[in-house]
Amino acid sequence: MSSRIKRNVLKSMIIGVLAYMGALGIPQPAQAEYADIVINNYADAAGMRPAVFPHWFHRIRFRCKVCHTDLGFAFKAGGNKIDMAKIIDGKFCGACHNGEISWSVENCAMCHSGIPGQPTHFHGSTVQRLIAPAYKPLQATGAKK
Amino acid sequence: MNYKIKAVSLSLAMLMSVFAWNAQSYADEATGAEQSLLMLAEVSSVNTFNVNLKKPKSRNLPPAEDGIHDPENEATHSLQHPLDAYKGLPTSEYGNYVDWVKALDEGKLRPRWDRSDPNEEPFVLDLDIVRPVKASVPDVVFPHRQHTEWLYCSNCHPAIFVPQKNANQISMSAILLGQKCGVCHGKVSFPIETKTCRKCHSKPKPADWTPPLSEATLKNPWK
Repeated sequence: MSSRIKRNVLKSMIIGVLAYMGALGIPQPAQAEYADIVINNYADAAGMRPAVFPHWFHRIRFRCKVCHTDLGFAFKAGGNKIDMAKIIDGKFCGACHNGEISWSVENCAMCHSGIPGQPTHFHGSTVQRLIAPAYKPLQATGAKK
Repeated sequence: MNYKIKAVSLSLAMLMSVFAWNAQSYADEATGAEQSLLMLAEVSSVNTFNVNLKKPKSRNLPPAEDGIHDPENEATHSLQHPLDAYKGLPTSEYGNYVDWVKALDEGKLRPRWDRSDPNEEPFVLDLDIVRPVKASVPDVVFPHRQHTEWLYCSNCHPAIFVPQKNANQISMSAILLGQKCGVCHGKVSFPIETKTCRKCHSKPKPADWTPPLSEATLKNPWK
């Protein structure tokens, strides 16, 4: 290997390392899992953190049909008007989150774990990326209410 | 030559640090404004859709670092890390970076078809629907099998798709706006990106295919 090539390799490596270090300081938008939903119909107004529903977690255990046919979830984020009374009544989330199939509603913070103040939205949705003003906190940890 | 490299790297380092410091202070200002006034929502530009221009910096972050879960909430830290759940599943280049359909076909997943009965089997319909496309992209093949593995007939029929030939007007603009296929695709099932076009547009045009003439050309044909 000639010294000229060596130097060029060294130069590009230095530039690469520096660019990487520089990029670390730039705040990143939210990087949640595809199809995570933030549901904030009533939570913020009631002084709770918004609920976060992870599709990926539930998809490993159940097929779409279970919730979207049997439990009556409409294909719309925030379109189901779910409140705690309905859940305790055994509807929507409460059909499984009742202590029998899954953990029960006493574990408030497991669902109500979103950053306060977020609107109801689909994370990573093509529609939001294209047309709607997508919610992106400027810093993953900095958005407080 | 050696000095030159040193000079270049030094100036780059300074530039980078200044840039990083600037970005940090902008972010601080923004969060300050948030606390007092409104949540800042960044309007996405057209370019964010173009997969060639912007790629996510990191994949499958743990809930506490993903930007929508509150790290100050104690229970956030007890939520499962997606990568722990995805171990051993076939990967893909988009969405959750997991090929869910392949995982189900290979038996790596055993999701329930019924809420409480783990032995209930889905009603699978193996029927491919070919939809000719007016434009020059390959025609669409809709496979019922992969869809009925997950969903029930009434999820799509008749509210989203009329179960009748030539009864459904489907266009990419409708899909991108969240109608028709876009009710799920682009939100939950695989996203609509340049990488995924070929998943639906998968049947090559017949050899004798010619592009259809537009209405304007039909009205005023070339002499």
